[in-house]
Amino acid sequence: MFSMKILVCITHVPDTTSKISFKDEDSKFDNSGVQFIIGPYDDYALARAVELKEEKGGSITVLNVGLVETEPTIRKALAIGADKAIRINAEPKDAFFVAHQIAQVVKVADYDLILTGRESIDFNGGQVHGMLGELLDMPSVSPVMRLDVEGNIAKLSREIEGGKECLEVKLPMIAGCQEPIAEWKIPNMRGIMSARSKPLNVLEPFDGGHRTFVENFVMPAAKSGVKMIDAENISELVNLLKNEAKVL
Amino acid sequence: MKVLVFVEADEGRIKKSSFEATSYAAEIAQDTVAIVFGILDLIELNKLGTAGAKEVLRVTDSNFEPSNIMAVSTAISQAFIKENFELLVMAKSSLADPVAARVSIKIDASLVSNVTDLPDMANGFTVNRSIYTGKAFAKTKLTNEKKILTLRKNTVLILENGSDPKVEVFQPNAKRSDLAVKILSKEKTSGHVLLPEADIVVSGGRGLKGPENWGIIEDLAAALSAATGCSKPVSDLDWRPHHEHVGQTGVKVSPALYIAVGISGAIQHLAGVNSSKFIVVINKDPEAPFFKAADYGIVGDAFEVLPKLTKAIYEAQE
Ligand SMILES: Cc1cc2nc3c(=O)[nH]c(=O)nc-3n(C[C@H](O)[C@H](O)[C@H](O)COP(=O)(O)OP(=O)(O)OC[C@H]3O[C@@H](n4cnc5c(N)ncnc54)[C@H](O)[C@@H]3O)c2cc1C
Ligand SMILES: Nc1ncnc2c1ncn2[C@@H]1O[C@H](COP(=O)(O)O)[C@@H](O)[C@H]1O
Repeated sequence: MFSMKILVCITHVPDTTSKISFKDEDSKFDNSGVQFIIGPYDDYALARAVELKEEKGGSITVLNVGLVETEPTIRKALAIGADKAIRINAEPKDAFFVAHQIAQVVKVADYDLILTGRESIDFNGGQVHGMLGELLDMPSVSPVMRLDVEGNIAKLSREIEGGKECLEVKLPMIAGCQEPIAEWKIPNMRGIMSARSKPLNVLEPFDGGHRTFVENFVMPAAKSGVKMIDAENISELVNLLKNEAKVL
Repeated sequence: MKVLVFVEADEGRIKKSSFEATSYAAEIAQDTVAIVFGILDLIELNKLGTAGAKEVLRVTDSNFEPSNIMAVSTAISQAFIKENFELLVMAKSSLADPVAARVSIKIDASLVSNVTDLPDMANGFTVNRSIYTGKAFAKTKLTNEKKILTLRKNTVLILENGSDPKVEVFQPNAKRSDLAVKILSKEKTSGHVLLPEADIVVSGGRGLKGPENWGIIEDLAAALSAATGCSKPVSDLDWRPHHEHVGQTGVKVSPALYIAVGISGAIQHLAGVNSSKFIVVINKDPEAPFFKAADYGIVGDAFEVLPKLTKAIYEAQE
């Protein structure tokens, strides 16, 4: 049987409940007290990869472009079920930089299926999968809600606004994943133990630049506070929406 | 500067967000050209002129199916290069994201997504974009000569004073590998306002107790010509389709008005709605965290409040 080599690209991002703030005159993300997690969409991609491996055999490599602090997140992915990991030791400057780094790894490794999240939850670009597809001359599909593999054909459904579209494409291909592709998997004790001894290769970054540059961060203006309206006086709400907010 | 705008249509109608993208481009440059895929009638194409396009390039070759990410990317790139554009603008959507990414590699462009305002061109080319799922913004410089922006909703007002555009057919060269993805079928609700496009969104949460109770949400949405949304548990429980789920892991909306009913206001839900202009929260628990993020709040039972609100809205429209 055809044994699939799957690559899952994961981000290391602030937990979804984090309050976001910046330091050094709004030039740097303030990570003090912030818990980091596998990007939620990447976590779906990883969960689907684990299921596909259970069904069909094969191997799963997880990859992150990041500095050493991302290793606990990578180990968690190994505990969930990836077999080995690669960390490219560089700060992920922008999506182009990241896609270029990942492309160099893929070029020499022949993965059949490359899974990413539909978007990262820090920069929300939804760019890396498409850039990677173009750099590798592979089809990329996103956002993918269902993914099955039959022989060397991937069968997918992609979310479109107001519905979905069913697609078929030959491997190798890239899918940007989202729910309900699989349920998030929580690592068990055995997974956590075995993750410690699974290989995590650190590569030095490949030559390549970036195409965007963050000058500074800005926090949104604070809400001025809620106006409460009595449930017995609904017409007052309609009045405010019409004459104060001017949205009706 | 010459700007190309990627325009999307839905059921024969150009999307509102694409008119916004067209007007955004027209605010930057005189020379605004729109590129559209598939069959659209001339009345519809002329509306692009009203919104600011001087010219419309139509791609009607059936090899360039409007939802084929690879083929659409190829066509846009060829048009961009052939006519020496400097900037490509599009409204963010589930299609625009991957298309923008692929085009950026083909044409060697800097790409910034989720742009929230017009560029600052005083010193290079800088835009603000929304990051951390709406929790912050990043002022970002695009350093390549060619540039691509995807826009969040409500970045500019749609212009209404343009004249009919020159309309031309653009024939790209098909690339075989672009046709490797076969689109087998499409399932789509029709006749509804699309959630990411809507000016008003009415969303229901677990407080509505079950899918059989969604009538009151739909009635209110109908009164407001709004789209309907929901919280994550609601779509996880299959009460509502997945594409209605709003939040950090769902659709991010930025309507003029977001009405949340029976939703507690978890931070992951707020992440998807916090760029709405106004938020109304209806919840029976006065301590619900959503009230802190709201502009207007009503403490009450959704099953009593919503029918009254729907009625009051119809009355106000009379
Ligand atoms: C990684 C991660 C990502 C997530 N992403 C998302 C996301 O994208 N979107 C999202 O929504 N959630 C997301 N969640 C889940 C989120 O944390 C909350 O669990 C969820 O938003 C709660 O949904 P809810 O408000 O509908 O339900 P509940 O929290 O159960 O709240 C129900 C509310 O209804 C009110 N209520 C009950 N009865 C009535 C009544 N008769 N009339 C009026 N009000 C009533 C209650 O007071 C309560 O406030 C995510 C969670 C995680 C961990
Ligand atoms: N630094 C990174 N390392 C590995 N994968 C990444 C990285 N950044 C983004 N990705 C992958 O690309 C997807 C889309 O990211 P983005 O384009 O930033 O929204 C993510 O969900 C990840 O799967």
